[in-house]
Amino acid sequence: MKPAPFRYHRARDVHGTTRLLAELGEDAKVIAGGQSLVAMMNFRLARPAHLVDIAPLRELDRLGTGPGGALRIGALTTHHTVETAPDAVLGAGFAVLRRAMGWIGHLPIRTRGTVGGSLAHADATAEWCLLAVTLGAELVATGPDGERRIPAGEFFLGPYTSVLGPAELLTEVVFPRPAPHAALTEFAERKGDFAIVSAVVDLDIEAGGVRGGRVGLGGVAPVPVRVPEAEAVLAAGGSFAACAAAAAAAADPPGDANGSAAYRRALVRSLVERACTEAAAGTAAGNATRKAVSR
Amino acid sequence: MTTPPPSADAAPGAAPPTGCELQLMVLDVNGEQHEVITEPRRTLVDVLRHDLRLTGTHVGCEHGICGACTVLLDGRPVRSCLMFAAQAEGAALRTVESLAPDGAPTEGPEEGPEAGAQAPPAPGDRLSDLQQAFRAHHALQCGFCTPGFLMLAEGFLAERPDPDEAEIREVVAANLCRCTGYQPLVAAIAQCAAARRAARENRSAQRKEL
Amino acid sequence: MRRAEQGAQDGGKLVGRSVPRREDPRLLTGRGRFVDDVALPGMLHAQFVRSTVAHGELTGVDLSAVRAVPGVVAAFTADDLGMADITALLDRPRTEFVPTAMPVLARDRVRFVGEPVAIVVARTAYAAEDGVEAARVGYTVRPPVTGEDAALADGAPLVHDEAVRNTLVDVELFATDGIDGIFAAADHVVRVESRTGRQNALPLETRGAVAAWDDREEQLVLHTCTQIPHQVRTVAARCLGLAERAVRVVVPDMGGGFGLKCVVGREEIAAAAAALRLRRPVKWIEDRKDALTASFLAREQHYTARAAFDADGRILALDADVVCDMGAYSCYPFTAGIEPLMAAAEMPSVYTVPAYRVRGRAVTTNKAPSAPYRGVSRPQYVMVVERLFERAARELDLDPVEIRRRNLITDFPYTGVNGLTYDPGSYRESLDLCERTLRAEGWYERQRTARAEGRHLGIGYACFSERTGYGTAAFAQRKMAVVPGFDLSEVRMDPGGTVTVTTGTMSHGQSHETTMAQIVADRLGLDLARVKLHQGDTDRIAYGWGTFASRSIAVGGSAVRLAAGRLGDKLRALAAARWDVPVEETALGRGAVVRRGDPATAIGYPELAELAYLRADLLPKGTEPGLTATAGFDVFTDGTFSNATHGAVVELHGDTGRVEILRYVCVEDCGVAINPQVVEGQCRGGIAQGIAGALFEQVTYDALGEPSATSFMDYKVPTAHEIPDVAIHHLETPCALTETGAKGAGEGGTIGAPAAVLNAVNDALRPTGAELDSTPVTPETVHRALHPRHYEESTR
Repeated sequence: MKPAPFRYHRARDVHGTTRLLAELGEDAKVIAGGQSLVAMMNFRLARPAHLVDIAPLRELDRLGTGPGGALRIGALTTHHTVETAPDAVLGAGFAVLRRAMGWIGHLPIRTRGTVGGSLAHADATAEWCLLAVTLGAELVATGPDGERRIPAGEFFLGPYTSVLGPAELLTEVVFPRPAPHAALTEFAERKGDFAIVSAVVDLDIEAGGVRGGRVGLGGVAPVPVRVPEAEAVLAAGGSFAACAAAAAAAADPPGDANGSAAYRRALVRSLVERACTEAAAGTAAGNATRKAVSR
Repeated sequence: MTTPPPSADAAPGAAPPTGCELQLMVLDVNGEQHEVITEPRRTLVDVLRHDLRLTGTHVGCEHGICGACTVLLDGRPVRSCLMFAAQAEGAALRTVESLAPDGAPTEGPEEGPEAGAQAPPAPGDRLSDLQQAFRAHHALQCGFCTPGFLMLAEGFLAERPDPDEAEIREVVAANLCRCTGYQPLVAAIAQCAAARRAARENRSAQRKEL
Repeated sequence: MRRAEQGAQDGGKLVGRSVPRREDPRLLTGRGRFVDDVALPGMLHAQFVRSTVAHGELTGVDLSAVRAVPGVVAAFTADDLGMADITALLDRPRTEFVPTAMPVLARDRVRFVGEPVAIVVARTAYAAEDGVEAARVGYTVRPPVTGEDAALADGAPLVHDEAVRNTLVDVELFATDGIDGIFAAADHVVRVESRTGRQNALPLETRGAVAAWDDREEQLVLHTCTQIPHQVRTVAARCLGLAERAVRVVVPDMGGGFGLKCVVGREEIAAAAAALRLRRPVKWIEDRKDALTASFLAREQHYTARAAFDADGRILALDADVVCDMGAYSCYPFTAGIEPLMAAAEMPSVYTVPAYRVRGRAVTTNKAPSAPYRGVSRPQYVMVVERLFERAARELDLDPVEIRRRNLITDFPYTGVNGLTYDPGSYRESLDLCERTLRAEGWYERQRTARAEGRHLGIGYACFSERTGYGTAAFAQRKMAVVPGFDLSEVRMDPGGTVTVTTGTMSHGQSHETTMAQIVADRLGLDLARVKLHQGDTDRIAYGWGTFASRSIAVGGSAVRLAAGRLGDKLRALAAARWDVPVEETALGRGAVVRRGDPATAIGYPELAELAYLRADLLPKGTEPGLTATAGFDVFTDGTFSNATHGAVVELHGDTGRVEILRYVCVEDCGVAINPQVVEGQCRGGIAQGIAGALFEQVTYDALGEPSATSFMDYKVPTAHEIPDVAIHHLETPCALTETGAKGAGEGGTIGAPAAVLNAVNDALRPTGAELDSTPVTPETVHRALHPRHYEESTR
């Protein structure tokens, strides 16, 4: 379990990095925190001939608000930075991100792993991928021809595959609007593992009532997905249980060693309902439904 | 007389391997600067252990799950198997070798009336409060995962000096131990945190009196 | 009582106390020395070309490209190195045991994915892996045998051509007269069919070795992390054609073993052969992927068992068929019989079973081979027996604790239907205390409340004993061709009065440097710091059988104490001569020999040691100079049985199927606990491993025999999240067979946990009517049991 040989390049600036990536072509790989990539290289499941270390691009390690209440997260921001970010930065609108970080691996992974690295790695069950898709984030990529902004819903193509070109660098993710009533929950046999199924629910709550919301799932498809059928239930004023049932009915998960399709569908139901309840916690809508939740 | 079969295939002293580029890197480990010339593909843990001969950090899985290789990077616990040494340039690294305070042992190595008087002074018996807590709680058996847990706890307590037991358990869950069942690890870290808290409160009380 | 006669140490100053561990300071400061920490000048690094097919013939191993890889120094096939095979034998007829050989490197046949085919030696571990990738190996693929059912099927492909029906061991034992009639006439007959998942013992330190030829000593020095250094020496010498004297096995600090390291592996022998050939030190460190797929595994068993009970819930007969999937090869020295023979001999467990019949089989399959793993078959058969009792309780509408009480062995010594004589234990007392504890803590009320709320809370127990202190007599019953069991010790006092003691056991986490020193220090009236243990070096230790089967304190500790006593006799003789009194008028005191009846008169050990070495001219004529003593110890009976009751409380999460362990209580009795904290550590760690097997870990393969759990992502070792705190209560039934009164304590935790957890899960499932008898119990399994209709709908 020792990686194959490679040449190591240290990035100096974003544009130079994209030029270098263009030059090196498909044999090059960007490394940020490396928490997935190095493991894959140790197994020789990944064997880039060139490794471009973007850690020196400190300008990508930033966390701050943008116009219209948006949250801008630089690609090199670690999970741990988000987890420990002060209220002044995240505010109530993005506390969901802080809470979600507890589901990512363990502390020593979160201190190194980055938001951008996780998104670019495009694991179908990764928390950031699901959060980005469900909360409607935009991903900012810089290539030799300049910058483009990609809606998260269009970013992921399949397991470990995204629209990011070989010379493109993911520099930032922008969460456009606060999600004060959102929650991520998931289930794995051991906490800290990649989820068998994960769910994010982002509720629109007005005057104490649920007016609609977004429901996203990981682990049920090659990429994280929104579930319009479940969202329709919320928009129509249906219960959380009905929303969860709709999500389970709509999901067509794969079966594998970590769980059959039927089991995954059951998890979808449980986790969507749980996420709804957690998202509504502290609101009148949440208080009304708390009783209904079973373990 | 017994002799091994004749030597045939070895070519000691031959030129170093070609085809892999070497890189000079400077690593700051436990406050010392080390220059290392090695392949960029060498992981941080391999460089710590085999190039710098700091063998206290262990290798358990090389894919970031077991945590035996946990070290501190700028004060935070990281997996040194999931980093190339080249990535650690410019950071301050700390390994288990840095935990114990310098100097002669302050406590006799064992109990008993003769201790101190006749017990040979055992180097290495000077332990930090965290190490002492591990010992007191029997939080190590084979000792292989121990350096990883120590560095994990050291980094965690530096950031969260006042954790509750659930938070400690959450952090202990980051690493694997096959011997202890984890309970003594949680207890040891909790006791260390409590002792540090008491010491802090004591100090601030003294300051107030002044 | 032997112990009461012996002078100054009677107070038991150290034995029985949780003194801080001698091992800790170095391990806490990063100054331990594990095998991968050994670095020798000019050392090379080895890795192995491994089979990529589960079953096939080797048609060609081309290493030419390997040798051209930068950094590669050499690469060898089996033919290049010409090593003798590793062969483990039982002294049983061909109908009961089929001997098979395990070549160090595969020669013409490969039998599992990961089997070593060639060794690559390079300047760095990285280059060695580059070299491995360049190997070209040709195979004619044969159909693989990937499970016990497939192995026994008519017309199954043969893993070893000589093993008909892929059966390596097949014994039918006991078969009490009239047992079929008992079953036919019984009021109740209950059945359990159980399968247990293949597991990896999983020491955090993988296997490894550093081999080097020492010209001065004319000796191969093999540093390797093994539980059995002397047996590794024997195999290395035989495979490499060296005299035993010409092999020195040195064991550094070990990062766990749990049985996986009490067999002789192939890679350390191949690394040694390469070191001899190259005349340079060669290091091999197993990586985790190989450790998970190509190391030694255990525990994959299939039980078909039934038990007959009378109307009062008394067991009348037990009948079991045990098939163990032992993988591709017999391990040395235990053979593929390790699991079925253990299960067959001891399955009646802690109960008065009047009639018993068992068939035990080892089948060979195209999987990495099995070795002993902490508990060896006992976690499995205890689980099956405990399930039988729970099922009987259900059928008879009896309390599960009450039905156990009616059947536990309470009159000791007790000779069972299996021919074993059980020495005194606290079977009944441990069950009573365990139940009392859970009742006092209110778990039964909580269960009622939970059930009323529709939650699934369950309470489960496991009663068991664990034979420890297997002497040669006990191992001889197993008919091993090499018979382990005894242990040797030498105790030496130096001219300064400090003591070194050797043991043939091999601590790999069990704290022997502390506990053995406690025994010796007490025996001689010394401080712990004046006693130093030596272990794990075949040149320093005359002989030993290593550490396994919870034997170290029971057998090794007895040898150590005997040897210390003999040294004490010498000290007393010296003092007696000095005082010119009969030796009977002397006794051992605190660091000195004292006059009986006049404790103020004493000669300190340093003074006696100085006399024995530096002023031997003053010794009375005929007195041997120097202060050394040796002893051997063996157990000539069936051994000694530790016992325990475990109680577990679980809650099943209805939404995910997760099993949460809310409470775990262990009441254990290992006789005299030399160091109670160490005993508790063994219990807790063992229970964690038992829970791991019950709920989480499984080595899996696809239909082609390709391992599918190749990383810690898939092989789910539980963490602090999953493993609960354990409350431990001690009972003490001192052992009359050992010198210290101690019984073994290394494996018990692992043995009881699967049964306790599985019984608790089934108790929680009781309102649903579902019952689970196999492990691991995954969340999906539980979810299916709780929500069968969901799965019926899904398949529609």
